[in-house]
Amino acid sequence: MESTIIKSRNFNASFGSNHVVKNVNIDIPRNHIIAVMGPSGCGKTTYLRCINRMHELIPGATSSGEMDLNGEDVYQMHPIFVRLKIGMVFQRPNPFPNLSIYDNVIAGYKLNGIKLPKAERDRIVEQSLTKVALWKEVKDSLNKKGSFLSGGQQQRLCIARTVAMEPEVILFDEPTSALDPISTSTVEELFHELKANYTLIIVTHNMQQAARVSDKTAFFFLGELVEYDETKIMFTNPKDNRTQNYITGRFS
Amino acid sequence: MNIDSVKFRLGKNRGFQILIYVLAFACVVPLLAILLFIIKAGITKINWHFLVNIPKPVGETGGGIANALVGSIIIILVASVIAIPIGILAGVYLSENRKSKLAYWTRLSTDILQGVPSIVIGIVAYFWLVKPLRGFSALSGSVALAIMMLPIVVRSTEETLKLLPPSLKEAALALGMPFHRVIFKVVIPVGIGGILSGVMLSIARITGETAPLLFTAFGNPYLSFKLTKPMQSLPLLIFNYATSPYNDWHDLAWGASLILLVWVIFLNIFTKIITRKWKVQL
Ligand SMILES: Nc1ncnc2c1ncn2[C@@H]1O[C@H](COP(=O)(O)OP(=O)(O)OP(=O)(O)O)[C@@H](O)[C@H]1O
Ligand SMILES: [Mg+2]
Repeated sequence: MESTIIKSRNFNASFGSNHVVKNVNIDIPRNHIIAVMGPSGCGKTTYLRCINRMHELIPGATSSGEMDLNGEDVYQMHPIFVRLKIGMVFQRPNPFPNLSIYDNVIAGYKLNGIKLPKAERDRIVEQSLTKVALWKEVKDSLNKKGSFLSGGQQQRLCIARTVAMEPEVILFDEPTSALDPISTSTVEELFHELKANYTLIIVTHNMQQAARVSDKTAFFFLGELVEYDETKIMFTNPKDNRTQNYITGRFS
Repeated sequence: MNIDSVKFRLGKNRGFQILIYVLAFACVVPLLAILLFIIKAGITKINWHFLVNIPKPVGETGGGIANALVGSIIIILVASVIAIPIGILAGVYLSENRKSKLAYWTRLSTDILQGVPSIVIGIVAYFWLVKPLRGFSALSGSVALAIMMLPIVVRSTEETLKLLPPSLKEAALALGMPFHRVIFKVVIPVGIGGILSGVMLSIARITGETAPLLFTAFGNPYLSFKLTKPMQSLPLLIFNYATSPYNDWHDLAWGASLILLVWVIFLNIFTKIITRKWKVQL
């Protein structure tokens, strides 16, 4: 039986008077990969940032409705607690430029002032880097700055940093759009590995990517969740003709 | 187009090139002239004895500037301790709250403060601190200098932090970091090169300030470590001794001028090194 990890009910988000996420209702099952698609400006990023309460950091941004994590409304929890449970990976790799690769991985502990014994830290670093298939490449240069890595390696470092915090859900906002094809496929393979332990929600403009990696796909259009179903069904037999038009490339 | 007019224009061009070379060199001349002059006048006065002794009374030869050197260091250190934390935090506020009313007024005040003549700041410090506390003191001098440092530190911090990509802060926030940790553990460390260069420049700026100290630290012919008492400093010593009628005292002033100059040059070079070394590759 699938259990729901994220549940939205009548969820709305705005920037001032600009209503960009409209009445979204969705149930996201645990340990699945969900692709979020839709034309540019339809509110995908905004919705994603509402899940871990990053949206409210923008001046003038508001939201309403229900957003549950394991049945508990995240808007009733402390945002810091929410963000520890729901990690986020951004479009452009953003490792901390002042920290070494090693410290980047444990940044969530180190910068939060959580003291861990050295052995524990070493374990977390090795484990997280192994999970993102970066360990072999960087194990001899852990003390180098993270910003010396290639774009694809930096993005995997950012994923490692998120994974190290052992969140339940990881949000990805177009995680491969700044990467070359080879790095992209490395990151895509990673998604399959991560699925065993985490729930992944991935915003992507790349339809092949959505088809390749996701279990379910959500299609947003002008702020509404138009359709949400098994990825196979979405790509072969969409019910809404806006989805169909998008998938067949009639608008972008 | 005939060949003569081309030649004429080439000639004009050559003339212009020479002119800008000359003007560029003209900017270097004053500094070189000052340097040579001060070095010539001061270098023979400086030796170990000069650095570790206090001035001798009139009539006795020898003596040094130890009291002024120590005083300058103390006054500047205390001014830094006051101005740097306030300046950096105010700079953080300005870069974090770009559009708030308070930010607008803070920005405006720092701009105006930067243009306030130092003697005015000295007088204000005199009325605020020296008079109520009934006496000249090193501390009041430090406060006056701290006020002069503030705008430089605030604005250089703000400008540095504004250039940091927003993605940096988002990365930290998304890891569940509270705001104060994002600032102290990520934003300030990443911008530290720029912040420190502002700090160094502000120190270089106040090192030679004389006017605000006339009414506050006042000067002291003896070595003093007490913040609540008058204290000597290099610019005060130069001012007082250079205008005295005694040749021995003139020598002290020349030596002190050279020390001051070396100090400022050293700070400027040090700033360049820090900015380069501590610049975080984004
Ligand atoms: N920081 C912001 N301040 C104000 N309005 C914003 C902000 N970010 C986005 N918007 C508005 O919200 C709407 C939705 O933007 P959003 O970034 O969620 O779209 P998106 O689906 O992620 O688009 P894309 O595919 O281009 O990334 C847009 O119309 C945009 O104008
Ligand atoms: Mg987006």
